[in-house]
Amino acid sequence: MFTYVVRRTLQAIPLLIAISVILYGILYNMPGGPLAPYLQNPHITPADIERLKHNLGMDQPVYIQYLKWLGHVLTGDMGYSTSNSEPVFQAILERVPATLELMLTSFVFSVLIGVAAGIISAVYRYSLVDYFITTLAFFGQSMPVFWFALMMQLAFAVHGIPLPFGYQIQLPSAGISSGDTFDFGDRLAHLVLPVIVLSLLALALYSRFMRSSLLEVLGTDYMRTAAAKGLNFRTILFKHGLKNALIPVVTILALSLPGILGGAIITETIFAWPGAGRLFYNALTQSDIALLMGYLIMVAVLVVFCNLLADVLYAWLDPRVKYD
Amino acid sequence: MATNAPAAPPSTFVVDDDLQVSKVTFWTRLRRHKLAVAGMVVLALMILAAIFAGQLAPFDPNFIDNGTAAVPHWNGTPLPPCFQDKELCWGHPLGTDEVGRDLLSRLLFGARISLTVGLSAVLMEVLIGTILGAISGYYGGWVDYIIMRVTDVFLSIPLLPLLLVLTAIVAASSTKASLSFGVIVIIIGALSWPTVARLVRASFLSLREREFAEAARALGNSDRRIIFRHLLPNAVAPIVVQATLDVAGVIITESTLSFLGLGIQPPTASWGNMLANAQSNLSIAWWAAVFPGLCILVTVLSINYMGDGLRDALDPNMR
Repeated sequence: MFTYVVRRTLQAIPLLIAISVILYGILYNMPGGPLAPYLQNPHITPADIERLKHNLGMDQPVYIQYLKWLGHVLTGDMGYSTSNSEPVFQAILERVPATLELMLTSFVFSVLIGVAAGIISAVYRYSLVDYFITTLAFFGQSMPVFWFALMMQLAFAVHGIPLPFGYQIQLPSAGISSGDTFDFGDRLAHLVLPVIVLSLLALALYSRFMRSSLLEVLGTDYMRTAAAKGLNFRTILFKHGLKNALIPVVTILALSLPGILGGAIITETIFAWPGAGRLFYNALTQSDIALLMGYLIMVAVLVVFCNLLADVLYAWLDPRVKYD
Repeated sequence: MATNAPAAPPSTFVVDDDLQVSKVTFWTRLRRHKLAVAGMVVLALMILAAIFAGQLAPFDPNFIDNGTAAVPHWNGTPLPPCFQDKELCWGHPLGTDEVGRDLLSRLLFGARISLTVGLSAVLMEVLIGTILGAISGYYGGWVDYIIMRVTDVFLSIPLLPLLLVLTAIVAASSTKASLSFGVIVIIIGALSWPTVARLVRASFLSLREREFAEAARALGNSDRRIIFRHLLPNAVAPIVVQATLDVAGVIITESTLSFLGLGIQPPTASWGNMLANAQSNLSIAWWAAVFPGLCILVTVLSINYMGDGLRDALDPNMR
């Protein structure tokens, strides 16, 4: 097992280098280059630009520039963000807590509800509940995230859902909190809409996956054996069924991360959430190359790590899988 | 004539040498999936609406309604007549957008864009993915190794951020208008082939070991002929299912890019860019936010149900 983990980790290194080369090659072609924000500044003369280019090593061949960039990244230096006037690493790290708050809440929410819905759907297959859940899952999978966000804002923020006795549900639709002082209820209220929006796709995915995985297990011989032994359904389901059915679902949890990260960019942008996704979108509109590169690399590292984690977890959870 | 199940389990799809029989069973199975049939009907209506957008649209999609003589004249600021007072929406079945253009007409013309982008990008993705996957699975060895490592790289970069960066670069390189229809299709298609490639490779790995492949080889057929005439027809089922589901995915992707201003550029109407300004007008004009998104949802939902039905019909083991 240990050698398997080590070997998989070592395999991830050339993959990450290849990813960084491609991303560097793409962003190298950004018009104006990293100095684009200075080009419009009347106080900076073309001679200054030339001098800056020379000092920053931008007159050297691409591969030299790339290797220098790689060297700096390995020491934790991702360059300077022009749109935030601070080091890229710092700019991203500052936004990570907000993104984590959103993504972790949404992850826990969607795993709990998604897995539970999938189990109910599989156990009561072809029942009304099953049809209801699978239909909702189909809607969730087909929903454009940004439009769902708009509709949530329209319903809960612009108009508010009316309740009896003159009350209504009205939720904040922008930002992470109303004031600077920490207020748990207020933070929670700000979290509701973005979490629902970000969770929808993952929820749909998890419930559909859980359903088909459990259905497959329910049809196996060892389940019939367990039933023949006279065990009650609850024991069979939880002790034999779920243990096996959850294995592929764990993989999907890890593999769904890239999609959630993409969704977080949109969700954070629409809900003015001060996280890393919105930072990325702002950097995009201001051609902040260093920050774009830093964000993409960090996300790629995260995705590669999660894929690795998925494989290792799978091998660890399922003794039938041979990892050699 | 019985349908024979595939001998090797890796691909659970119906790998049937007798196409005549499987065609019949395919249609019976597909018809049983009622939601898939409903999806096909809705999609057919959408396609018809897109084709006949010019005849069906009550207005030119770019015509700006200044209001009629009966209502106060509107010269472009701050809000179109329809936004100021719903009584002034006469003649616009679904109202107008924030510029004063007829919403229904733009939706009809937007259907053209969304559906063509979806179909063309998937066509491109399937072409690249099938060819690379077939080569990879058929030849194996170092060719396979290299192609699979490339797909690893592509699948490790989250698609949406990468698409955003690429479209932003194209938009900044010349003008925003250079983000034409074709550019969007090429960028999306060029980045989404790895899934198809892996799928085709997996079927080819098992197909190349089957007797009929060996027979074709023994008869002295060229590799190209074996790949395209003997193996590929048997690997079509998973490709069709994946391609169908991917059309839905591409429609969402394109609309997301256009919503963020990095896809189809106005004045050309696409369902995504019609929503670009919807957020700021959410409190005064709900219709401008609701209808374009509803079109995306209904279309994508129909395609997904269709894909689900196709999967059931082509692969009875997957239920």
